[in-house]
Amino acid sequence: MSTQQQVGGRTGSDARAEDHHALLGRQPSGSRFGMSLGWFPVATVAVLLAVLLGAMIGPAGPVWWRVPLALLDHLPVISVDSGVNEREWSIIWDIRMPRVVLAGLVGAMLSIGGASYQGVFRNPLVDPYLLGAAAGAGLGATLMIAIWGDVGADWIIDPVPAVAFVFALGAVALTYLVGASFGGLRSSSTLVLAGVAMVSLLTAIQTFVLQRNSEVVREVYNWILGRLSTASWSEVRLVLPYVVVSTTVLLFHRRHLDLLRVGDDEAVTLGLPVLRVRLVVVIAATLGTAAVVAVSGLIGFVGLVVPHIVRLLAGASYRRLLPLTVMFGAVFLILADIPGRTLTAPSELPIGVVTAFVGAPFFIVLLRTREIAK
Amino acid sequence: MRFNQMAAAFVGIALIAASCGGDDTVETEATTVVEATDAPSSEMSSDMSSDMSSEMSSEMSSEMSSDMSSDMSSEMSSEMSSDMSSDMSSDMSSAAIDAPSAIISLSPTATEMLYAIGAGDQVLAVDDFSNYPLEAADKMQGLSGFEPNVESIAGLDPDLVVTDGTNPDLLDQFDTLGIDHWEGPAATGFDDVYAQIEQLGALTGHVGEAAELVGQMQTDIAAIQVDLPTLDEPLTYYHEIDDTYFSVTTDTFIGAVYQEIGLVNIAEDAGLDTPYPQLNAEFIIQASPDLIFLACSKYCGTTAESVAERPGWESIAAVQNGGVIEVDDDVASRWGPRIVEYLKAASDAVASVAPAKTSG
Repeated sequence: MSTQQQVGGRTGSDARAEDHHALLGRQPSGSRFGMSLGWFPVATVAVLLAVLLGAMIGPAGPVWWRVPLALLDHLPVISVDSGVNEREWSIIWDIRMPRVVLAGLVGAMLSIGGASYQGVFRNPLVDPYLLGAAAGAGLGATLMIAIWGDVGADWIIDPVPAVAFVFALGAVALTYLVGASFGGLRSSSTLVLAGVAMVSLLTAIQTFVLQRNSEVVREVYNWILGRLSTASWSEVRLVLPYVVVSTTVLLFHRRHLDLLRVGDDEAVTLGLPVLRVRLVVVIAATLGTAAVVAVSGLIGFVGLVVPHIVRLLAGASYRRLLPLTVMFGAVFLILADIPGRTLTAPSELPIGVVTAFVGAPFFIVLLRTREIAK
Repeated sequence: MRFNQMAAAFVGIALIAASCGGDDTVETEATTVVEATDAPSSEMSSDMSSDMSSEMSSEMSSEMSSDMSSDMSSEMSSEMSSDMSSDMSSDMSSAAIDAPSAIISLSPTATEMLYAIGAGDQVLAVDDFSNYPLEAADKMQGLSGFEPNVESIAGLDPDLVVTDGTNPDLLDQFDTLGIDHWEGPAATGFDDVYAQIEQLGALTGHVGEAAELVGQMQTDIAAIQVDLPTLDEPLTYYHEIDDTYFSVTTDTFIGAVYQEIGLVNIAEDAGLDTPYPQLNAEFIIQASPDLIFLACSKYCGTTAESVAERPGWESIAAVQNGGVIEVDDDVASRWGPRIVEYLKAASDAVASVAPAKTSG
């Protein structure tokens, strides 16, 4: 808990006061209330701007200012002469928009997943891949590509994301069982350590499979680096239900996460069913994470850092943090994908490279300015 | 952070794989190193002219490369190894003794070349990717060109190992063990291919067959070029390595192959600094190539139908005119003799979409 406050860049008394409010279920009073509420309009505008910017910028297609016109033109009733031809519209609508929307969903899901994991394990260094979701998905995809690679074309649905999804859930379930068998559910650190062990094990198996099937190394590597580059509406439709359900469940638990910040024992004394809350939050976060990992590959850094960025901006209370991470997570990944597809156009930069390359310095600067301001 | 470790591990593996696959190599020299211990003895050099001592004297190699007027700088350090020279002096009249009879090929391309010049019988074992011709595939012994185990290779007691030269550490180990080796790195053009075939011919005692093969390839390619339809403007193409739109530029061998039949790469003028760029889908649609070659039909299961079903791709000229061609993944990524068939298939594709192009 204390580390979280340090990372959050808040003074002890601030955080204590906030905890106090959180525990009593009161709204923070006065100017703090106004200031924090101010972030929601800002975040909403940021999301809209990011989507628009993402739709306008690309290596091909019409001039940027024609894109909003074309989008308007395709709304029902409204008719605008956008001067965008069939192929250009196809580029905007079939290629670019699904990519923007998918980036938004993936960014939102990974960010809220990361924030929830950080809350439920009271550990600021945790990301949504902690309990093996990413390693499991990676192993599933590797096995699928390596062993059943040829059958893919005959399936109705693409089996790689399906298997990755199942393996991601399986890995987290296994971690949970291992942790539970050590009686570790009572202390979150045992579960974290079980996760570390599980990730190592799964990664080792994956490496072995890759070595035996080295002809697929590039394909698997490419899958792991993230594949927003082939996004389509069907992928958006595939993950949307999971992201909506998962996000909703997590948002309903944001007060519980605030209670957990004071410690398991204290939360139990306050009447919180700690084990159940932890299980529900982990299941919800894992379900969403597994779904987005299955379609987009492993995009690192987002789930770890976006929650911290939001903490630095708007404070550590999960009641504000969770909704804001959803929005800023979407903004972050949509914006990160723009250099991904334009900087080296017409070739692609892997999205995972961009998120870390853009995000890490940004995070450091933010951390530094907050420390100085204090 | 766990993700980072994993990613780092995979970057590592991928780099190794890339380097072993030889795809990224742009070296043009084919290097032959025959382990040197002492200078050729005098009685040998007297007999050196007795053709095909396949010990590839340096004179010979230079003569060869001038013969084929290739731009390859064949660097051959060729003194005799001590055991070789004793073999030679004991039975110098027979060329068969000199030609290696237990070759291990760790390069699928070199394997295809060896079999094409009739040196297949001298091949002892091949790596796990050498799946052509079928007789070669029978000689897979679990050797990996990707992660070769030097002990296993040495244990088979080869008298020559051929590789694509992308693993310098491996070559150092061969040197240490005194195993002769030949390197045929990824070609950048047909001259490299011809040079490598002729070098292998010289090494294995099949100079005649090698020259014949090269001649046949040149004749066939010339015939393909003559038959090409004349077009007002050249056709454009997109060569798809996998279903995430990895492609090639003209700086690759396969890019050079397409150039032979006058095709223009859609990323030609994009100033890309990598020979294997991952292209952006918007760009591909905008460029609307006349031909799409699917070089991952075998391993990714991509088909002309699946390409046509991709959202937004229906407006591409190749999709509309039946210019989406499934090619053999292996042939497309190697620089062996089968590249002529590949060129034929590509030129047939040109002929089939050319009418649509000229009619507008």
